[in-house]
Amino acid sequence: MFDEIRDLYQEVVFDHNRNPRNFRVMEDATRKIDGFNPLCGDRITLYIKVNDGIIEDVSFQGSGCAISTASASLMTEIVRGQSEEQAHEWFELFHRITTGQDERASFEELGKLAVLAGVRAYPARVKCATLPWHSLEAALKNEAESVSTE
Amino acid sequence: MSGFDPGRIRADFPILGEFIHGKPLIYLDNAASTQKPRAVIEATSRVYEHDYANVHRGVHTLSQRATDLFEGAREKVRAFINAGSDKEIVFVRGTTEAINLVAQSYGRANIGAGDEILITAMEHHSNIVPWQLLCQQTGAVLKVAPMNQAGELILDRFELSERTRLVSVAHMSNALGTLNPVKRIVELAHGRGVPVLLDGAQAVPHGAVDVQALDCDFYAFSGHKLYGPSGIGVLYGKAKLLDAMPPWQGGGDMIRMVTFERSEYNTLPYKFEAGTPDIAGAIALGAAIDYLQGIGMEAIAEYEQRLLHYATEKAKAIRGLKIIGEAAEKGAILSFTLEHVHPHDIGTLLDQLGIAVRAGHHCAMPVMDFYRVPATTRASFACYNTFEEVDALIEGVQQIIEVFG
Repeated sequence: MFDEIRDLYQEVVFDHNRNPRNFRVMEDATRKIDGFNPLCGDRITLYIKVNDGIIEDVSFQGSGCAISTASASLMTEIVRGQSEEQAHEWFELFHRITTGQDERASFEELGKLAVLAGVRAYPARVKCATLPWHSLEAALKNEAESVSTE
Repeated sequence: MSGFDPGRIRADFPILGEFIHGKPLIYLDNAASTQKPRAVIEATSRVYEHDYANVHRGVHTLSQRATDLFEGAREKVRAFINAGSDKEIVFVRGTTEAINLVAQSYGRANIGAGDEILITAMEHHSNIVPWQLLCQQTGAVLKVAPMNQAGELILDRFELSERTRLVSVAHMSNALGTLNPVKRIVELAHGRGVPVLLDGAQAVPHGAVDVQALDCDFYAFSGHKLYGPSGIGVLYGKAKLLDAMPPWQGGGDMIRMVTFERSEYNTLPYKFEAGTPDIAGAIALGAAIDYLQGIGMEAIAEYEQRLLHYATEKAKAIRGLKIIGEAAEKGAILSFTLEHVHPHDIGTLLDQLGIAVRAGHHCAMPVMDFYRVPATTRASFACYNTFEEVDALIEGVQQIIEVFG
């Protein structure tokens, strides 16, 4: 019934939505940021612990749709242990792909994250996928406590 | 049901023949905006093809024709809500502008520091933010009357104080569907000499409104939720109040005489209609009203109530579905949440089935906070919706639950 949309709602998305990874409050976070999508009311609180330029730990809390939850969950898995610079590059790549600036058909270097490339076909949902990443980018830049997709 | 034929009504709406993702469109986002019947679409083109010029200005024939049609539309609006006079019908861009007009004109002239404006817990942002702006400008205070879990106003706690200067209440809630006891509210407020604005954006398409019977002081609604065009709306105000209010925008058409020293303002309703109005929009709104009166607002209300009841019963049978807004008196809105499935996902998946619903906070974030949900899915019905479409919605929701496991 939902065949056409399976390119977006893949099993990986359902899995991460049901059991989001690193879904917890982090008491010893070095930075904490609230992300908000005013369009749909999705909220995310992102915690990161940065030591010597390395993201030692990353976690999130909040309520969102399957796309934003899966995106946040996958993001935490990817950027943990990476340098701030590497995480920023991931943000750039993910942003280019989900907003259609990079039109390649497959994204092997994205690994598991590639499932979210399908969001390109659903402009109304792009912000769901990018909210966690915008929050991360803001946290890396050490910006104000709250970030919005608008 | 004699006379009411949704099949015939559907044939009047060209857009209902659209296919979305290969499926016939099922449009259940009517509380956001309704679709337009051919009569409205044709009225719009007819103005531009045959009768268009600026209004209230020219001595030439076309300007006279456009003016007659424009003023004719005002008369249709007057009759539709049973206002006492054409002077009480001010054309604006929509409900939002109407409320802002009252806030900035009536409000700034009559409400001062420490005075109170009373709204309810179920208001749309457009009946919250204009008052917050006014409060910032004047030092007035915004008070909020509470509702219960069903989404009904708690009348015992609808308390006016010595300082209440204005009451502004949704006739029908866009997020919950609740129909408020507006006649009673007007009585309560008038008992203390306080005027009442009713936000009629949601109520007007779903039943007959009689502003004189309600005795409200202001009534605001939008054309686009009433099967008319977007960009046109109406502020009804009692002549006595409108007369005493200062203009809120200056410009052409709202003046009688201008020198560099001073200006004399035009009479009602033109005092509040600065600049060239949405001429074709107003005329097309008149066409929408003609169309609706051809069907009959009572018949529409009765049919929609049956649809709502049917949808509600079916929805209740779905495990994990929670209806948000269960007031005893409701208009045709079914707002709900599903366990484990976010409204945004429901919206995207239903769209795959050709079903258009709204997923989000419905510009009523305080209502979402009250129910502690980030958002809801909202199916809102119009006179062209059918019982089969309700079945498709319910079927779609069940499939979504299966997919999400």
